[in-house]
Amino acid sequence: MGTFPRHRLAAVALAATGALLATSGCGGGEDAGDGKITLTVDVFGQFGYEQLYQEYMDANPNVKIVERGTGGNLDEYSPKLTQWLAAGKGAGDVVAIEEGLMVEYKANPGNFVNLLDHGAAELKGNFLEWKWNQGLTADGQQLIGLGTDVGGMAMCYRSDLFAKAGLPTDREEVSKLWPTWQDYIATGEKFKAAGTGAAFLDAATNTFNTIVLQTAGNAQGYHYYDTSDNLVVESNPAVKQAWDTTMNIIDAGLSGKYGSWSEEWVSAFKQAKFATIACPAWMTGVIEGNAGAEANGKWDIARVPGDGGNWGGSHLAVPQQSKHQEEAIKLAKFLTSPEGHIGAFKAKGPLPSSPQALDDPTITEATNPYFSGAPVGKIFGAGAKTLKPVYMGPKNQAVRTEVENAVRTVELGQRNPEQGWQDAINNAKKAAAK
Amino acid sequence: MALHLDARPPATPASRDTRPSRAGRLSRIDAKYSPYLYIAPFFVIFAIFGAWPLVYTFWVSLHEWDLLGSDPVFVGADNYTRLLADSDFWHSVVNTLGIFVISTVPQLLLALWLANLLNRQLRLRTGWRMAVLVPNVTSTAAVAIVFGVLFGREFGMVNWMLDLVGIDGIGWKSDRFASWVAISAMVDWRWTGYNALIFLAAMQAIPRDLYEAAAIDGANRARQFWSVTVPLLKPTIIFCVIISTIGGLQLFTEPRLFHSGTNAIRGGPMRESQTMTMYMFENAFAPYYNFGYGSAVAWLLFALIAIVAAINVLIIRRLGAGARPDNGKRTGGPR
Repeated sequence: MGTFPRHRLAAVALAATGALLATSGCGGGEDAGDGKITLTVDVFGQFGYEQLYQEYMDANPNVKIVERGTGGNLDEYSPKLTQWLAAGKGAGDVVAIEEGLMVEYKANPGNFVNLLDHGAAELKGNFLEWKWNQGLTADGQQLIGLGTDVGGMAMCYRSDLFAKAGLPTDREEVSKLWPTWQDYIATGEKFKAAGTGAAFLDAATNTFNTIVLQTAGNAQGYHYYDTSDNLVVESNPAVKQAWDTTMNIIDAGLSGKYGSWSEEWVSAFKQAKFATIACPAWMTGVIEGNAGAEANGKWDIARVPGDGGNWGGSHLAVPQQSKHQEEAIKLAKFLTSPEGHIGAFKAKGPLPSSPQALDDPTITEATNPYFSGAPVGKIFGAGAKTLKPVYMGPKNQAVRTEVENAVRTVELGQRNPEQGWQDAINNAKKAAAK
Repeated sequence: MALHLDARPPATPASRDTRPSRAGRLSRIDAKYSPYLYIAPFFVIFAIFGAWPLVYTFWVSLHEWDLLGSDPVFVGADNYTRLLADSDFWHSVVNTLGIFVISTVPQLLLALWLANLLNRQLRLRTGWRMAVLVPNVTSTAAVAIVFGVLFGREFGMVNWMLDLVGIDGIGWKSDRFASWVAISAMVDWRWTGYNALIFLAAMQAIPRDLYEAAAIDGANRARQFWSVTVPLLKPTIIFCVIISTIGGLQLFTEPRLFHSGTNAIRGGPMRESQTMTMYMFENAFAPYYNFGYGSAVAWLLFALIAIVAAINVLIIRRLGAGARPDNGKRTGGPR
C-alpha cells in the first residue's frame, strides 16, 4: 500500500479528487448561495420521485432537492452508503435503505435520526404493519426508516416473442399457462421448441430469488436465517425446494444466462433476447429503462407462477450526520405519505406500502401504457395488503450473494447441481461467519 | 556519486581564516539546511498520505472492526491467522500472480520490440513515439468498460470474430484462465507504450559507435539487438519490471470493471479473476463490512509486494553483475 508507483498514485489522486468533488459538491446538504437549503436524496434503481420533488420545492421555496444515484444498482449503492455512515460524512440528507440491508443498519441505529422523536408515530397507520415494523429496531425504541415500496410479484413477458412462438399473448391467457412453476417450465419448453432465437427467461438467479422468497413467505416466513438469526440455508426446506425448481429451469435450458444487472443483461433487454422476467413491481421501471422506447407496447404483465410473494422494497432514513435534519425529516415524511407513494407509483411503478395508497383509485385503476396498458394497480396491488414478508437475518445480503452465485455457476455449467448446492451451503456458512 | 550542489565561489574557503561575517554564517546555514527544506514536502506528504495510513491500517487489522458497528474489539493477530487459512484469499493471490505474469512478460517483450522499432530512422518519428503513449492517456475505467464489452460472452466482438474462424464462444468472464487473458490484454494495451518509451529513452543513451563496431564485426540487426541493446538496457528493464510488479499486484480497476452486474467485486461467480485488492475491498466493504479483516488483506498484499520486490533486487544483483561496469561509463566504448 505504501509503495505506489507514480502512475498509480496519480490515478488514485485523480480518483480521490473526483470523489471529493462529487461528495463535497452536494453532500451533507450545503446551503446554496441564495439562502436556500439544499437537501440531497440518495437512491438506487428507480424511485420515481422527480415529480414529487418539483411539487415539494414549489410548496417549500426555501428548499432545493438534489437526487443522486438514480438507475444505479444496489451493489454499488450500499458500500457507498456504508462508507459515508462509517466516515460520518458524505451521506445525503435522506437516504434509501433496501430491506435486505435494513437488518445490518438496524444493528447500529446511532447512525440515523430516531424518527419517533419527530412525530413519526402518528404516521403508523399510513403503512402496512410489517413494513412499519421493518423500520423499527429490535427493541421497538427507534424508527430508522419510513417505508417506501413493497415488491409484489408478477411475471413480465414480451408478447411479440410469445406470438412468434405461437403462444397466447393475452395476459389473462398467459396467466393461465402457469399456475405453478412446473407449468412455467412446460411453457418454457414449448417456447424453446419454437426456436425464436430468444431465451425463455433472463437469468436463473433472478428467478431463483423470486421462487425462494415466495416459498419461504408462504411457509415459515424466513429463508436464509430463521427468526432467531440462525443460518438455516441447509435445513430450510423452502430454500432447497426453490433451489430444485431453479435447477429444473436450468436443466430445461430455458435461461439466457445474462448475469442480472450486468451490461449483457441490459443489452439482452434491448435486443429482445429473452421472453420473460420475474418482475416485482419496482422491476417494471427497470425494464422500461433497459428495453427503451423501441420496446414500448411489446411488454406485458401476467400472474407470477406459484402463490405471490414479496421481493424488495425500501425505506427512507435520515442519517444523524445530516446538517438539516428537520427539513430532511419533513421531506422523508412527504415522500412516504400516501400521496408520495401514489406519485412514485405513477412515475416508475414501485408498489406502495401504504394501505391508503393501495386503496386509492388512481392505483387500483392504474394501467401502464409501456406494458400494453396492463392494469398494474390490479395485478400488483391485489395481494399487497396480505403479502407475507420474509424475515432477513444479520448477513442476509452476503449469504444471498453466495447462494445466488452458486445458482449462477450451475447456470454457466461450471458446477453440477449437487456441487452447486454444496457450494451454496459452504459459502453461505463462510459468509455468515465473516 | 558526489555531486557538487554547492555553487559558492571558490573564494569562500579562504574566508575561514578570518572571523566569519554574518552573511557568511547565514549562507552556510542556508547551504547546510535548506536542501532538507527543499526535499521536505515529499516526506511530509508521504508521511500524511503514505506512512500514516499504513500504520493506521495495521492498527485496524488488529481489530474486529465492523464498519457499521461502533465499537472495534482488539483481537491481536486473529485476522491474520484466519486469513492465512482462508482459501478464497489464496485463490485471489494465485489470480493476482497469474494475471501479473501473463500480462507483464508479453508486455515488456512487446515494449522492447516496439522501442527497438521506434529507435530507427522513421519518418514522423516524434508522431509515432507520441502515438504509442496514447493508450496510457485514456482512462482506466473507460478501457475496462470497453474491453468488458468486447469480451462479452454473447454480444462481444472477440467471440464474434472467433466465431467467424469457427471457434466456439469463450466464456471470457466465467473461465478462470480466459478471464486472466482478457484482463491481461487490457493491462498490456494500456502499459506497453509507456514501457516502450522508457526503453526508448534508455536506448538512445547507447552510443552509436557500439553499433558501428558491432556492424564492422559483422553482426546483423538481430544480433546487435540481443548482444548490444539488451545487455545495456538491463538496469532499465529491471526498473520496468519493478514498476510493473507493484502496479500489477495492485490491479483493481481493470478486473473490477471487467465484470458488471451483481457482486462484480468477486470477479465472476467463482472468483475467477478476483485480485487481492478486490478481495480486500469485498471484505472491508460490501458485502462484509469487516474493516479489520480487509485491512489484514491490505497488509499481506504489502508483504507480498515487498517479497516480490526483494526477489527482484536479488535478480538485479545477479543480472546486474555483468552489466555494472557500463553504468555511467558508457563513453568508454566497447570493452
